[in-house]
Amino acid sequence: MSSRVRAPIALVAPAFVAAVLSLVPVWYLFQTAFTSGFAAVVDELMQIRTLQLVLRSLLLMVTVTSASVVIGIFAAWVVARSPLRPRLLLIIAFSLSLAIPSYLAAFAWVSWIPGISGFFGAFIVLTFVCYPFVMLPVIASMDISDPMAEKVALSLGRRPFGVFRTVTLGQSRPAITGGALLVALYVLSDFGAVAAMRYEVFTWVIYGAYRAGFNPSRAAILSSVLLMAALVLTLIEVRVRSTRDTFRMGAGVRRATNIQFGVTARIATIAGAVLLVSFGAGVPIWRVIYWTGFDSNTDVQWDVVFRSIATSFGIGIVTSVVTALVALPIALLSARYRGKTSQILEGSTYVAHALPGIVIAISIVYLGIRTLRPLYQEMPLLILAQVLIFLPLAVASMRTAIAMSTQSLEHVARSLGAGSMMTLLRVTIPLALPGIMAAGALSMLSSVKELPATLLLRPTGTETLATQIWKFSAVSDYAAVGPFALAMILLAVVPVAVLTATTRQGIAR
Amino acid sequence: MIGVAAATVLAGCAASDGESSNTSSGPLVVYSGRSEALVAELFSQFSTETGTELEVRYADSGELAALLITEGNASPADVYFSQDAGALGAVEDAGLFSALPSDITQLVDSKFRSTQDRWVATSGRARVAVYNPNLVTTVPNTIDDILDPMWKGKVGFAPTNASWQSFVTALRVVRGEDEAEQWLTAFKANEPVAYEKNSAVRDAVNIGEVSMGLINHYYLYEKIAAEGADAVTAKNHYFTGGDIGGLINVAGVGVLESSKNKDAANQLVKFLLSAQGQEYFAQKTFEYPMAAGVAAYGDLPSIEELNPPAIDLSDLKSIAKTQELLAKTGLLTK
Repeated sequence: MSSRVRAPIALVAPAFVAAVLSLVPVWYLFQTAFTSGFAAVVDELMQIRTLQLVLRSLLLMVTVTSASVVIGIFAAWVVARSPLRPRLLLIIAFSLSLAIPSYLAAFAWVSWIPGISGFFGAFIVLTFVCYPFVMLPVIASMDISDPMAEKVALSLGRRPFGVFRTVTLGQSRPAITGGALLVALYVLSDFGAVAAMRYEVFTWVIYGAYRAGFNPSRAAILSSVLLMAALVLTLIEVRVRSTRDTFRMGAGVRRATNIQFGVTARIATIAGAVLLVSFGAGVPIWRVIYWTGFDSNTDVQWDVVFRSIATSFGIGIVTSVVTALVALPIALLSARYRGKTSQILEGSTYVAHALPGIVIAISIVYLGIRTLRPLYQEMPLLILAQVLIFLPLAVASMRTAIAMSTQSLEHVARSLGAGSMMTLLRVTIPLALPGIMAAGALSMLSSVKELPATLLLRPTGTETLATQIWKFSAVSDYAAVGPFALAMILLAVVPVAVLTATTRQGIAR
Repeated sequence: MIGVAAATVLAGCAASDGESSNTSSGPLVVYSGRSEALVAELFSQFSTETGTELEVRYADSGELAALLITEGNASPADVYFSQDAGALGAVEDAGLFSALPSDITQLVDSKFRSTQDRWVATSGRARVAVYNPNLVTTVPNTIDDILDPMWKGKVGFAPTNASWQSFVTALRVVRGEDEAEQWLTAFKANEPVAYEKNSAVRDAVNIGEVSMGLINHYYLYEKIAAEGADAVTAKNHYFTGGDIGGLINVAGVGVLESSKNKDAANQLVKFLLSAQGQEYFAQKTFEYPMAAGVAAYGDLPSIEELNPPAIDLSDLKSIAKTQELLAKTGLLTK
């Protein structure tokens, strides 16, 4: 599958720059961690408590990732294969929970059912926030994959569920593992949900080192554990993916398979979908509306709400365009020029994704205050930090789309004398456009809800929806939180609609 | 919409070009760990009266301390306004605060400022036992009385709240790690009821869900101000006689050594400690004023009457250790 053509330098150079940028937080962590000496690092890490917390983080990671894979596949199947319609509404409804920040979702749950706090609450909230990371690429993969394989298997007497398990899932495997990696990294880095649920995991001590220990170097030492975990996960994912990448994916024939659907199956599917939406997006939205209505004598300052929407939207658009541009060379290399170099370049963008937002923010502070002083506490550095945080999301969704688009057109282009770059620009990138759009949309969604980096790096006085929510929830003014939270969820409909449009384009092509 | 949004971002980018290092004539930069909802009005009063423009960056007190420590001498900040003494102590330890002039430090009792005069408290909050008089006849005199079986399952607290954690830090500092752990273990064995935040503890006491709660003094006054005295059943009980339960923690302020604008920065600190600033805290947040000569809100007992425990507030910075102890005794997490 890998191309015999050497990767063009015009692709390798920007990918290399992106990888180096992604490693800024890593560079900062090592700089800072070792200021107090190697012995201090060993001493800090070799504590029983550190080990216990790592185990708790891993437990949460494994359970949330497993549940997200199951739910994500179910949701993707409902969208791409079940007779439930309309598709647009289904994708929007299933994706909305991704737009809700984990701290807000967790607080919504815990203020409704206080007893849910602890492991179970953290598990529930993170699963609902994360399953779209699996669902979105799997929908794309199901849309693009060759439906004939399923038909053939059915005609050979395999039962529908068996076909689904072996053929459909087999074809979606790279999409599933890619999504699962994103979920795992997200869970490792999350603090919002576990803090509100009072479930102590490893990010607690990292945040504690900043908020309660006022000790950035201790935080850096502890963060290196998450880097190691991210490295291992990334390697596992690369291994799993590469053993299965020899599948021949079809060129996107319009789906013809319609599995026989009994009444029971239909009711079960509808019930599952309704439950998923009610718990994932329904509970937080209901709580937010409840808070807003609870204290009806507070006047909503609509001008402030609209200004925050504009700021969040602006930062989100710029971040998503830059993220998509930075991710594209890496995704292209990874999908089309497989080899050690491209794997290392891709892997280095993932590693920082297991770091909590505050660690990335502090590392950009460290870089910015020393070398980019005129840009310090200005938009470009905030956007740089966000790009670094969301780069893996963009790379993953682009790579899946590119890897699944047919290569035969590229071979034709080359045989007609087009150079590597020409082929990329005229053939590969247009084919991968749905993936590129999806990557931008995903970055936009994440940017709008991003808080820790925004708080520390924003130009003074800049208020986004996320900072407004933070500001009012800090003083427990949930009635004032309401309009901003609702605006954030509504704003998410824009990127979700883009995602939807592009996945449809995937079939129509 | 896109146009407006893009303009916002571009304006942000463009602003960076105009600024250079002439900070002494630019606005005074304040890092504030106290929330905008509480202090923005006071800051704008300062700007109106002095003509000094303020640029205030709001975030968590601890994160701002970590930010200042990472920025070091290059920090754009002139003033750090913190919710807790612990964070001020950490910035002081990093050598980032300049010494405050004596006309500022003399305004505040030495108990409520840094021993090296590098930060001063601007307002104080007392730990109290809020109780429901319909359910409680004898209030505890010391925190050890709360360990009595008569309080089993009847005491509310907010495990993640910073003031509760400051109280436990004081317990550790005064009694040592072992005795603090003993107290916490016994407290846990008495089945206290955990709430999300202090105001939830107060409300639970008020409706009789629990009999008593360990919170800060001003939560009761917030409720009275919002709902009227008739709607509030709960009362505050103050721990006196130097008991750790009556810890007074403070919010405070310091001026950065790296500031090129120290005159204006000191002017802001002085403003916060002026009668106007102190009355603002007394009336708006119901906290204890720290500068001599300003009365506390309503019927609050004076700090002298409370006789809080003698403790160097800078020592409250070991909150990370407190969290470890709370986790170990099962009081912080699930």
